[in-house]
Amino acid sequence: MYTWIWRHLPGPLALRVFEALLLAAVVSAVLLFVVFPWLEPRMPINDVTVNGG
Amino acid sequence: MSRRARVEDADDGVSAYPDRERGNRRGDLVRAGMRGIGQTLITLGLVLLLFVVYEVWVTNIFADRKQNQVYRQFQRSITTGEDPLKGVDRLKLPAGRQVVLPAGEGFANLYIPALGKDYAFTIVQGVNDADLEKGPGHYPGTAIPGQVGNFAVAGHRVGKGEPFLNLDQLGPGDAVVVQTARNWYVYDVLGDRKTGNLDRPGPQGVVGRQIVAPGDIAVIDPVPGRPGTKPTQVLMTMTTCHPKYSADRRMVVHALLARAVAASGKQTPRELGGTL
Repeated sequence: MYTWIWRHLPGPLALRVFEALLLAAVVSAVLLFVVFPWLEPRMPINDVTVNGG
Repeated sequence: MSRRARVEDADDGVSAYPDRERGNRRGDLVRAGMRGIGQTLITLGLVLLLFVVYEVWVTNIFADRKQNQVYRQFQRSITTGEDPLKGVDRLKLPAGRQVVLPAGEGFANLYIPALGKDYAFTIVQGVNDADLEKGPGHYPGTAIPGQVGNFAVAGHRVGKGEPFLNLDQLGPGDAVVVQTARNWYVYDVLGDRKTGNLDRPGPQGVVGRQIVAPGDIAVIDPVPGRPGTKPTQVLMTMTTCHPKYSADRRMVVHALLARAVAASGKQTPRELGGTL
């Protein structure tokens, strides 16, 4: 997968490195600000209240 | 590099080794498959690591911003004299008096000097996810600060501002200071101060600290652990998850009101280094 992506990045080496870092940053941002906030309340790790349920 | 070059040759239909082509193709497929599995596992590992970073760090950034908002809103309501506790903010308000507060709004500040000089949080009304992201949340229906009964507050242990991260470090006699618009209420953690034993029961049989099942709602009753009993004491209870990074159990700390003083300008009580 990573090899495939690397081969399909356009431009000279320096530009490719930059593009690869940018891709990683975009994926991280989507995970941190969209996926994890959605996922987190569904995980049984952060319940701090006592309740009858 | 040479291996990939050969794959590309094969894709072009021009093989450098025509007689070994079939075997190589099968080998390449196996190699590509193994590499794919390996990369997927590494990727999953990185995503999990990122989730940990999110939980213990990124959620704090969001929560701090929200905590700041409720703090400022509460301070504003004090200056305008329209804070949520207006009219009921007095010592030993009878237990029968149920006070309804606006959901999600700050109505008191919490200071625990034993957890650091700068330990300060604004307590909001409500204990759902959105409330607790703003700060420690007051269980609706439980007593308000200074009221006879049990002022119960829940807070996150790890991430989301983590107000109760070090709740396990509190010992008997440690001050838990609650500031409302008009008063300072100083609660002391229950238990035996001489030996540091948190299990020793105080008034009405209430101990300093308990580890309970998540369903043990009796710990926030007016008399903790004794449903239906008439409260005679002014108590405070804090709940959080236990152990850290888990929601398996709940850690519960009970404190008893030691004293209350009327607010006076910018002065703070002795417990916080002031003169009141």
